[in-house]
Amino acid sequence: MNTNFMHIVLADDDEDDRLFFTDAFDELKLNTKVSTYNDGVELMNYLKTDTAKIPQILFLDLNMPRKSGMECLAEIKADTKFKDMAIAIYSTSASEEDIENTFVQGANIYIKKPSDFKTLKKILSQVVTINWQYHTNGLNKDNFLMRL
Amino acid sequence: MNVFVKFDFNTICKQVLEEKLQLLGVDYTIESFGEISFKEKLTSKKLDDFRILLGNYGIEIVENHKSILVQKIKDAITEMVFDEDEKINVKSSVFLAEKLEHSYGYLSNLFSEVTYTSIENFIILKKIEYTKRLILENTMTLTEIAFKLNYSSVAHLSTQFKNTTGLTPSAFQRIISKRKAVLE
Repeated sequence: MNTNFMHIVLADDDEDDRLFFTDAFDELKLNTKVSTYNDGVELMNYLKTDTAKIPQILFLDLNMPRKSGMECLAEIKADTKFKDMAIAIYSTSASEEDIENTFVQGANIYIKKPSDFKTLKKILSQVVTINWQYHTNGLNKDNFLMRL
Repeated sequence: MNVFVKFDFNTICKQVLEEKLQLLGVDYTIESFGEISFKEKLTSKKLDDFRILLGNYGIEIVENHKSILVQKIKDAITEMVFDEDEKINVKSSVFLAEKLEHSYGYLSNLFSEVTYTSIENFIILKKIEYTKRLILENTMTLTEIAFKLNYSSVAHLSTQFKNTTGLTPSAFQRIISKRKAVLE
């Protein structure tokens, strides 16, 4: 696909979910480098440093202690440093209204956490592929909305 | 006050190329499909200067012959999808094969090899992108958009839109309007 690594970050307070996620990417072998953070505060502390490597895609759990996914989203959208980063909400079920609200507040992708590993790999592969298509074809990122 | 603009990428790109080529001070012609022919061979320094000038605009010089053909396929697909004057009324496989002077099978394999996606998927991606733009311009109904993009029915467009994005066209429109409202 490309010669450069794609940087992926996940913020999720659940250890099993973090492991599930990194294992899926390990098996997909898509030229990705995955980092994880345990909650919103750790995530934003890292992203706000000057030397932070801004990921191509950030996966953000909604329900995290100390700082929620929506609070992180608001901070991210307020900073132009992150304008090229795709944001994927990665969450257990939410109401239709809440899902739509994540898009309205600036998320590009909403993923309902799947319960089986095979589905997770498929979803992650789709997200990475579509994001790559946007990136290589200069498509309008403001219209990049996807629900899986 | 807010002003809304629309972009015509072809014009923008051509204009940028013209400006940068003038700066180079060489004899050139801009052909179609992002091809520039220079009367004389460029020195590697001039080529590097050119690369830097274009780099600021996200324009890359494509060097590998497979990538070149893939780019031509993408450009031909874009031309087909945005077919303003409705001159194209053949199947996409026929159009591409004729335009690029290779068999469709060859083009198809090459495209998948280089881009990790199929020509069919890319066409759908482009059509859905155009659909999004037209929805946001708010001057056409979904039925008119479906007709313009050669879908057999508005239901077909809606289905493809939902399959590609996970959202219905109306949900998409609603979300973008709400986003704009939030920004004000």
